[in-house]
Amino acid sequence: MCLAIPGKLLEVSSENGLRMGRVDYGGTVTTACLEYLPEAEVGQYVVVHAGFGLSVINEAEVERTLAIWKELYESAAQQGVDIHGRKLESDTTTNETPEESG
Amino acid sequence: MKFVDEFRDPDLAKQILGRISQTVTQPWVIMEICGGQTHAIMRHGLDQLLPDDISLVHGPGCPVCVTPLEYIDKAIRLSLEPSVILTTFGDMMRVPGSEMNLLTARSRGADVRMVYNPLDAVKLARENRDKKVVFFSVGFETTAPNSAMAVSLAKRERLDNFFLLVSHVLVPPAIEALVSSPGNRVNAYLLAGHVCAVMGWCEYEAISTRFKLPMVVTGFEPVDLLSGILAVVEQLESGTSCVENRYERVVTREGNLRARQLIEDVFSIVDRRWRGIGTIPQSGFALSSSYRNYDAETHFGLESHVVNEPANCISGAILQGLKKPPDCPAFGKECHPVSPLGATMVSSEGACSAYYKYALTTQRK
Repeated sequence: MCLAIPGKLLEVSSENGLRMGRVDYGGTVTTACLEYLPEAEVGQYVVVHAGFGLSVINEAEVERTLAIWKELYESAAQQGVDIHGRKLESDTTTNETPEESG
Repeated sequence: MKFVDEFRDPDLAKQILGRISQTVTQPWVIMEICGGQTHAIMRHGLDQLLPDDISLVHGPGCPVCVTPLEYIDKAIRLSLEPSVILTTFGDMMRVPGSEMNLLTARSRGADVRMVYNPLDAVKLARENRDKKVVFFSVGFETTAPNSAMAVSLAKRERLDNFFLLVSHVLVPPAIEALVSSPGNRVNAYLLAGHVCAVMGWCEYEAISTRFKLPMVVTGFEPVDLLSGILAVVEQLESGTSCVENRYERVVTREGNLRARQLIEDVFSIVDRRWRGIGTIPQSGFALSSSYRNYDAETHFGLESHVVNEPANCISGAILQGLKKPPDCPAFGKECHPVSPLGATMVSSEGACSAYYKYALTTQRK
């Protein structure tokens, strides 16, 4: 099963000549092989599949992705509509974000 | 949980759903390739929230489901050899072979062990030099690098008692086969996030161009999935087709170059049979000539044979997106997770088990 939950890299070590690491998934800690992630550093979040780290989470991309959605959300709300152009009602959740961010 | 909660934000999901509703003007069929994504869609009820014009069908991206019956039989046969310790992922233990599954073999005295990581199988070989340790290696491009690392470690350590029983398959040739089949009704694909984490998405660009198919790399959380669906719907509605990446935090165009390199060193591309689908040319991996000594089929002289599926199981049609689990007369009746007829019900990633777990009572969409 593809485990989509990224884990936080706690520690890096070497075992039988392979780069290994301890990865924390919100309290559950497992060991993963990091041979495919030579760049992964302690404190970063990694995607692990069947015991192997495959990717380091790109935190800049997370911020960029969420910022794009937030921008769409807010610019539409400023025009009194939601992001699909429907008129906002005063008590909907769509009004909350601009107020919070403002 | 960091990098999870942000992508489960219900308000954001609602906004994207609204945008999908506003964009769609006609019926579209979208296939998610990955079984993990099928489960996420069912668990979060996304299929019920989408506009009626959008139909999600579930692809063959479940490693257990597409492993041919004859390979299950081969693993069982090997496990019953007194000199063998047969190791594999937990998912494979309950998959029915033509006569029994690996758990039954174990109850009959076979030494069958579940491992989380193929490196654990190498460790067993190191610690049990009087035994032959076989790792039953199944799955897509996501598990191939792991087995590649295991066998390369065994070679480096000169372990002559470690073997792989390889039944690895590849996503791009499967998509080409599905698109080219006469019954194809899929208009666009959500590409499997973790397969692309390894292989990148560059190999899909030619397929997208050739078949004019919108393809979007997609993650596993509701916002990821809805964002992927929105991207393919926008392409479909505008008549465009290209490969887009909506799982930017994990996937790059080239994927993991180290993993790809070792895969290339250890494996060769060969024709593979897919359970429920049949043989697809150049759709899987076998050990390359420099690793032939580690090939369990060669070492133990296992012969190929074709085994027929139970007649009342429609898992083949489900794996090709031609039918959905509730279309099967046996679904939830004589076929259920405790007593599955086919692999799509036994596997935790299978579409039938997802429907059984999350949507047994919902009406057919």
